[in-house]
Amino acid sequence: MIKISHVNKYYASGFQALKDCTTAVAKGEVVVVCGPSGSGKSTLIKCVNALEPFQSGEILLDGIKVNDPRTDLPKLRARVGMVFQHFELFPHLLIIDNLCLAQQKVLGRSREAAETKASALLRRVGLEAQARKYPAELSGGQQQRVAIARALAMDPIAMLFDEPTSALDPEMISEVLDVMVDLARDGMTMMVVTHEMGFASKVAHRVIFMDKGEIVEDAPKTEFFGSPRSDRAQKFLSKILSH
Amino acid sequence: MFASFDFDVIRRSLSYLFLDGMTFTLTLTGLAALGGLVFGTLIALMRLSGLKWLGVIAGLYVDLVRALPLVLVIFWFYFLVPYIGQWLTGASRPLRVGAFTSSLVTFILFEAAYFSEIMRAGIQSISKGQPAAAQALGLSYSQTMRYVVLPQAFRNMLPVLLTQTIVLFQDTSLVYVLSIPDFLGAASKVAQRDGRLVEMYLFAAAVYFAMSSLASLGVRRLQRRTAVLR
Repeated sequence: MIKISHVNKYYASGFQALKDCTTAVAKGEVVVVCGPSGSGKSTLIKCVNALEPFQSGEILLDGIKVNDPRTDLPKLRARVGMVFQHFELFPHLLIIDNLCLAQQKVLGRSREAAETKASALLRRVGLEAQARKYPAELSGGQQQRVAIARALAMDPIAMLFDEPTSALDPEMISEVLDVMVDLARDGMTMMVVTHEMGFASKVAHRVIFMDKGEIVEDAPKTEFFGSPRSDRAQKFLSKILSH
Repeated sequence: MFASFDFDVIRRSLSYLFLDGMTFTLTLTGLAALGGLVFGTLIALMRLSGLKWLGVIAGLYVDLVRALPLVLVIFWFYFLVPYIGQWLTGASRPLRVGAFTSSLVTFILFEAAYFSEIMRAGIQSISKGQPAAAQALGLSYSQTMRYVVLPQAFRNMLPVLLTQTIVLFQDTSLVYVLSIPDFLGAASKVAQRDGRLVEMYLFAAAVYFAMSSLASLGVRRLQRRTAVLR
C-alpha cells in the first residue's frame, strides 16, 4: 500500500532530515513510528502524502509515485486520510461543515450524501450531538475525534497519524486512542507516529524506530518490545517505559 | 460670537448635502472598498504565491502607490484615463470618462495597495497547519485559499479592513479637486454660493467627525465580539 524506498530529505540549511529511509506498509497493516523528537518521524509521514517535498528516493502510494511531477497530488491526497498533532479543524466552519467541505468540493458529493456520511462518522466517534457547534466549543479530545472522522469521510485507503495525542491533556488521550484502536481492528491501513507504546503493543503489527533521520529498527511488534536490536532503541524504550 | 452666523443655511441645503453629496460619498466609499478588497486580495496572493516575478510585480505596485500622494493620482487619472482608454480601444479621440468613473478607478487602485498589505498580514496570521490540513484532504491550492485560508484571514482582519474603510471615507473628500459634488464638495458649493463658508465647513467637519466616530465605535464593538469567539 505504502512503499518508501531510499528517501533522502535535506533542508535549505543543508541539514539532512531523512537519511536513506526504506520501509513499507502493507494493506491492512498498522505500523507505529516512534523515536526521539527531531528524529524525522513526522517529516517521514508527511512525505507520504507529499506535504513535505524530498530530494531523492521514491514513495509509492497504492502504486502511484508521490514524487512524480505528473502525479495529481490533490487527487492522491484525497485518498489518504491524515490526522495532525494540533487537530487543524477549520475554526470558521461548523463541525458538520468541517466534515462536508472536502466531500463536496473534492469528491463532488451532494450536500445530502455528504451530511449522511458525516453524521454516520460523527456517531461512530461519539460526537453526533456536536455537529452544529464550532471547533472552539469542543475539548481537545473531541476535536481530535472530529479530525479523525473528517479524514474518514473521504473513504481513505490508508490513514496517517502525526502524533495524534501529544497535544492532548492526559485524560483525553484514551478517548482518541479508543477510536484509533477501533479503526485498526476494522482493518484500516495505518501509519502512526506516536509515543503511545500501549497503543503500539495493542494493535500495531510492526514498529519502526527512528533516530537522527534514520530508520534504526523496523521489526514486528513482539520482536521490537521483546528484544530491540539496537542500543538506541533500547535506551529510548527504557526512557519512555520506565514511568 | 455666533450672532452674525446664519445656521439656517444648513437646514435649507440639507437635502442637497445628504441626498446628493453624502450619497455620492458613501457610494464611492463602498464601491472603492469592495473593489480594493478584491484587487488587494489578488495582490496579496501574488506576493505570497512563491512565484518570484509575480511577487516582485505586486511588491513594486504596492510600493509605487504608497509613495504617491493620493490627490496627485486622482488628478492624473482624471486627465490620463481618457487617453489610456483611447489607446486601449483604438478610438479616434479620447474616451469620455466621467469624473465618478475616473475617481472610482483611482480609489480602487489606491485602496488595493493598502488592503493588500492588510490581507497579506491576515493570510500570514493563519497557522501553516490549516492549509496543510486542507491539502491533506485533497483540496487544490485555489480551493484551500478560497474555503479555508481567505475566510479566516478576512475574519481576523475585519476590524482593520473596516478601520481602513473609515479612512477611505474621509479620503474620498479629495475628489473636490475634480469639482465633484461629494459631501464636502456639495457643502463647499453652498458655502460659496451663499457666502456662508464658516457655517458650512463647520457643519461638514461635524458630520465627518460624527460618522467616523460612530463607525469606529462599531468596529471596536465588533472587535470585542470576534475576540470572544476566538
